Amino acid sequence: MKTTNSGSGDVRLTGISKTYGSFAAVQPLDLTVPQGSFFALLGASGCGKTTTLRMIAGLEEPSSGTVHLGDQDVTALPPYKRPVNTVFQSYALFPHLDIFENVAFGLRRRGIKSVKKQVEDMLELVQLGEQARKKPHQLSGGQQQRVAVARALINTPKVLLLDEPLGALDLKLRRQMQLELKRIQTEVGITFVHVTHDQEEAMTMADTVAVMNAGRVEQLGSPTDLYENPNTTFVANFLGTSNLIEAEVDTKSGDDIVLKAGGGKLVLPESRCSAPTTAGGKVLVGVRPEKISLTHADAAGEIPEGRNRITGRIANSSFIGVSTQYVIDTSVCPEFEVYAQNIDRDARLAPGAEVVLHWSPAHTFGLDAAQDIDAGIQEEAAL
Amino acid sequence: MATLTEAPPPLSPTAPTAPTAKPPRKRGRWTPYLLLLPGLLWLFVFFALPMIYQASTSVQTGSLEEGYKVTWHLATYWDALSEYWPQFLRSVLYAAAATILCLVLGYPLAYLIAFRAGRWRNLIMILVIAPFFTSFLIRTLAWKTILADGGPVVGALNTLHVLDVTSWLGWTAGDRVLATPLAVVCGLTYNFLPFMILPLYTSLERIDGRLHEAAGDLYARPVTTFRKVTFPLSMPGVVSGTLLTFIPAAGDYVNAELLGSTDTRMIGNVIQTQFLRVLDYPTAAALSFILMAAILLMVTLYIRRSGTEDLV
Repeated sequence: MKTTNSGSGDVRLTGISKTYGSFAAVQPLDLTVPQGSFFALLGASGCGKTTTLRMIAGLEEPSSGTVHLGDQDVTALPPYKRPVNTVFQSYALFPHLDIFENVAFGLRRRGIKSVKKQVEDMLELVQLGEQARKKPHQLSGGQQQRVAVARALINTPKVLLLDEPLGALDLKLRRQMQLELKRIQTEVGITFVHVTHDQEEAMTMADTVAVMNAGRVEQLGSPTDLYENPNTTFVANFLGTSNLIEAEVDTKSGDDIVLKAGGGKLVLPESRCSAPTTAGGKVLVGVRPEKISLTHADAAGEIPEGRNRITGRIANSSFIGVSTQYVIDTSVCPEFEVYAQNIDRDARLAPGAEVVLHWSPAHTFGLDAAQDIDAGIQEEAAL
Repeated sequence: MATLTEAPPPLSPTAPTAPTAKPPRKRGRWTPYLLLLPGLLWLFVFFALPMIYQASTSVQTGSLEEGYKVTWHLATYWDALSEYWPQFLRSVLYAAAATILCLVLGYPLAYLIAFRAGRWRNLIMILVIAPFFTSFLIRTLAWKTILADGGPVVGALNTLHVLDVTSWLGWTAGDRVLATPLAVVCGLTYNFLPFMILPLYTSLERIDGRLHEAAGDLYARPVTTFRKVTFPLSMPGVVSGTLLTFIPAAGDYVNAELLGSTDTRMIGNVIQTQFLRVLDYPTAAALSFILMAAILLMVTLYIRRSGTEDLV
């Protein structure tokens, strides 16, 4: 159902910005959402993601720039003339209308007389056929959420906008609804633009994620791309956890850069470094906690050649079933995080043990050292 | 040292604290009823007793000189109704007209305060309530001046030939506004307008602004949004506003007395005259009960029809 030949139905934002007085909620940004894709705008609260969404819906007037849906410039159109529909945060269902009439609302406004069949089909799609004659307040949060989706989807909009649609649900229901929404999106093939602050939600559901911070897009790409190859410290820290080490460029050998960090040497493929590298310059070296292997210092000789290695002492370890999370004091970084799968547990790896951390250079990424090394950490902790 | 050891006398573990253990439970059980008591007493003394007294008065016969006795003379009701039905009808018509005018004038204002006033909201609210700072009588008398013969309002209406139309309709008489039905309805509308605006404002203000956005998002133009979302959701306010306006307006006699003439007498005026001038207490009491019953009946039908129980 998904269309790969883009162009006709893309959402194109060109130089769009929004300022409230002297506060810039959204810095001028360009964004193209390909037709039929599941696109997520991810960021902490106040980063401008909802404002961007509302500008696409027409609920907020951009201070500059244009919004195109396909070939149509909709910047000046009021919301009721735009072929987009929104699933609002906390749903905004009409409390005086029953579920059937809530879902039929959009169709009736466009003068469609026989709505019964369509509404019933739509309620069937979101598995609410039985609830048609109930009022919104008689439904559970998850059911209300599905009504909100049905009410928007029934109009077969060019783009469906979802503003933190799962924020009010508990964890278990949220997981279930994530899969449900993904299923619906694949089934109907409509472009979904999803705003969320939950990085896991964005990564599970979206084809493309735009990470926003302070009114601008930090990085845009597929979830794997963003996770494996972050371009900024914000993305590295906001999406999952990263160990960042400050290092100095030593030499270049072939496609690799050799760096000096805390007396040791680390190797970083040049293609995975987003920062300019000149000999003697600083670079932030990053590695994800699950990419690292731990070996006790006594067995250091068994580590294969060609891996990046750092020595340290285990400060803390916590067993969480599927894996064990270690915090390690190293010479280059005081709190190095390592997640080890519980396959063969080495009993010597207890707090206080001297260890060698090693990983494949291919799992290393390089960032511009001029950035705040802790950007994006606070935000994630607060959620 | 000796004084120090003496100073705090050891607490005796015996007697005085022991009996307090039981009363709290007993008091807890009776507290709700005790709290209700003042209100119930108030209702009994100032509502139930006068009602009973009035009811008994309405079925008495006799004269002022010889005193009145309860004779279960129910014919008083029939006589009162057959003699004063025009005043009853007039009361309902005037009150209904005033209520409709209040709704038409009050709704836009309440809407403005709730959604558009921004930082002016409180100021406008104060302006709505401000007339209450002067007495009802003074305010009504002021309208006498406003609508005075040859005054600026009448002059303007005359120039615009509005009075020709209203006189033809029977609302005004010639080039006079004072002492006509129009003047009474104007007075009623003015005096009861805040009772319309306040409940309307309260129910409009409770409407979640995102519902308007959602309606717009679902292809409803602003007018349709109002018709399909805002107005239905403000129905509780419309119902309580119209009731709060209609009920007192139907029983009002001050406006008809001060702004009207003998041709605009409402049932309130009749009751007042019967009680205070004619001193025919049974007829006055019977009229009061008929008015009460009529209003009760109309309100019940109205609430049934508007189906407020379905509204959130």
